[in-house]
Amino acid sequence: MSQGITGNKQRGVSGYIVSFFGVIWRFARSSILGFASMIVLIIVAVVAILAPYITPTDPLLANYRALLEPPGADFPMGTDGLGRDTFSRVIAGTRLSLQVSFVAVVVSKIIGFSWGIMSGYLGGRFDIYSQRVLDVLISFPSVILALLLLVALGSGTGTVTLAIAATGIAGTTRIIRAVALSVKEMDYVLAARTIGANPTRIMLQHVSPQCIAPLVVVASTSLGGAIFTEAALSYLGLGVPPPQPSWGNMLGGVLVASFKPPWWLVAFPGMAITITILAFNLFGDALRDHMDPRLRGKLE
Amino acid sequence: MQRYIFRRLLLAVATVFGVTILIFVAMRILPGDPLEMIFGENIGIYLLTEKELQDSRKSLGLDKPLVVQYLSWMADVGRGDMGSSFWTDQPISDTILRRGPVTMQIGILSVALSWLVGLPVGIVAAAWRNSPIDYIARFFITLFMAIPAFWLGLTAILCTVLFFSYKPPITVHQMWTDPWKNFQIILGPSIVMGIGLGASIARMARTQLLEVYREDYVRTARSKGLREKTVMWRHVLRNALLPVITVSGLQFAFLLGGSVAVERAFSVPGLGTALVFGIEERDWMVIQNLVLLYGVVFVIINLVVDLAYAVIDPRIRYQ
Repeated sequence: MSQGITGNKQRGVSGYIVSFFGVIWRFARSSILGFASMIVLIIVAVVAILAPYITPTDPLLANYRALLEPPGADFPMGTDGLGRDTFSRVIAGTRLSLQVSFVAVVVSKIIGFSWGIMSGYLGGRFDIYSQRVLDVLISFPSVILALLLLVALGSGTGTVTLAIAATGIAGTTRIIRAVALSVKEMDYVLAARTIGANPTRIMLQHVSPQCIAPLVVVASTSLGGAIFTEAALSYLGLGVPPPQPSWGNMLGGVLVASFKPPWWLVAFPGMAITITILAFNLFGDALRDHMDPRLRGKLE
Repeated sequence: MQRYIFRRLLLAVATVFGVTILIFVAMRILPGDPLEMIFGENIGIYLLTEKELQDSRKSLGLDKPLVVQYLSWMADVGRGDMGSSFWTDQPISDTILRRGPVTMQIGILSVALSWLVGLPVGIVAAAWRNSPIDYIARFFITLFMAIPAFWLGLTAILCTVLFFSYKPPITVHQMWTDPWKNFQIILGPSIVMGIGLGASIARMARTQLLEVYREDYVRTARSKGLREKTVMWRHVLRNALLPVITVSGLQFAFLLGGSVAVERAFSVPGLGTALVFGIEERDWMVIQNLVLLYGVVFVIINLVVDLAYAVIDPRIRYQ
C-alpha cells in the first residue's frame, strides 16, 4: 500500500481517487462479507448524518391520538406510550448512538495509540508504571468502569462519551505497545538511532506508521463494543438522558411501562443495535484479514 | 513455579490497591463530596441548609482529610464492615450475602452452558471446515456474538409474557431455601448470556483447532500411523481446548459486567440490580463497595486464570 501512495505523487489528485477505488476493489474481492458489511455501515452512517432531515415526524413530538399504535401504514414501526413515532426515533437514535460511540472510540484510540507507542518504545520506568496503571484500568468489566465514571461525572451525552472512551484505553494501549515493542527491535529503527534521531522523531516517523494497521483493525471492532456499551448504559438509564432517543434508552422503560409490553418497542431498536454491531464485527474481521493476515486470531 | 506464583500474587495485591485508589478518587474528588452528590444544588434530591450539611458531614467523617477517609474506608473493609445503605441503613454486607449468590449462580451456569454449546459447535465447525455445516455454524456464531445479551433477554421475557403470560419471580430465593424458584430466576439470564458466550467460545475453539491441526506434531502423530480418533482426542483437542477453557475464566469476569444489564432485563434480584438501584438513589457507600467487590472479584479471577495457565503451559512460568 505504501508503494501505491508514493506512486500517486506523480499522478496527482486523480491518482489518489483511482487508487482509493483500487483499494476498495481489492478489499471487496478479498472478502464479499466484509464489503457487504461496509455497505451496511455506509448506509448507517448516511442515516446518522442526515437524521434531522429524514425523520418522517419529530422524534420528540408526543401524539396523544396515536398511543401505542402497532406498526402500520402511518407508523412503519409503531408508536410508543407517548405516541412518538418509533421509526423516527430509531433514525434519531442512530445519530446519537453512532456519534457517542464514534467520538468515544476516536478519543480512546488516540490516547491508547500514543500511550502504547511511548510505553513500548521508551520502556524503562515509564513502561513499568504504565503497565500498573493499565492493570488497574483493565480490572473492571467495561460496563462497571463506565458506571463508576458516570457516577463521578454525572450522566449526559458528553460524559457517557468520556466514560465509554475510558473503557477502551487499556486494551488499545496493550495491543499498540506489543506492536511498538517488536518494531523497536527492527534494523531501520536502530539505523535511525545511529544517525542520531531523537526518540520523539523515531516514535513519530518510524514506529507509529507500523502501528496504524493494527489500530484501524482494533478501532473497527471496538466501535461495535462501544455501541454495545452505550446501549447497555442508556438501557440502564445512566447513559444518554431522555427525551433524546438513543437505541439503548428506547429499550429502557419498556418493561416497566406495562405488564404486556408492545413487541415493536423492543424489536426495532434492538435490531438496529444488532445489525450495526454485526456489521462492525464483520468489517473488522475482514479488514484484519485484508491488511495483515498474520494478525488473524490475535486481535480479538 | 513458586517464584511465578509469588510474583503474580504481588501484582494482584498491587492491582487491588490501585483499584481502591481509582474508586476512591472517582467517588470523592470528581463531583465534590457524596453529600453534595445526594443533596447538591443542581442534582440534589432535596436541599439541606449549610448547617445541616456540616453536621451530616461530621457524623459521616467527611470533614476529615481525604487520606484519613481513605484509610478508614480500607480499615473498615479490612474488618469486613462494608458500611450500610444511606437510605435504608441496611448493612451492605447483608445485601452482598443475599444477592451475591444469585449473580454468582448465573455466572457459573452461563459459563457451563457456553461450554456445552460452544465447544461442540466449534469442534464440528473445525472438523468439517468450509463445508455447509461450517458456514451455518459460523453464521450463528457471528450473529450471537453481535446480539446484546440484555436485548435477547428482553425479547425472551417479551415472548414468555406474550405467549405464556409467565413472569419469573422477582424476589430473592436462595438455592437452599426454595430451589425451584431459585432455578426459575437464574435460568433465563444464564441461557441468554450462555448463548453469547458460547458463540465466542465456539469461534475461539474453531480457530484454535485449525491452528493446532497444522502443527508438526499432529502430522508426526498421523504419519506414525495413529488412528485419526486418537490423533484428534490425544493430540489436537487436548492442546487446542485447554486454552479455550482457561480463557473462558476471563470471560466469566467480563460476564459480571454484562450481567448488570441482563439482570435488569429479567428483574433478577442480583448484585447488578443492587448496583443500579444504588446509582439511581446516589447511595454512595453502596456504589463504592459494590464496585470494589466487582473489581476484586475480577482481579482474583484473573489471578486464578493466570496460575491455571502456568500449570497447563510451562512456557509461561519461565518468562
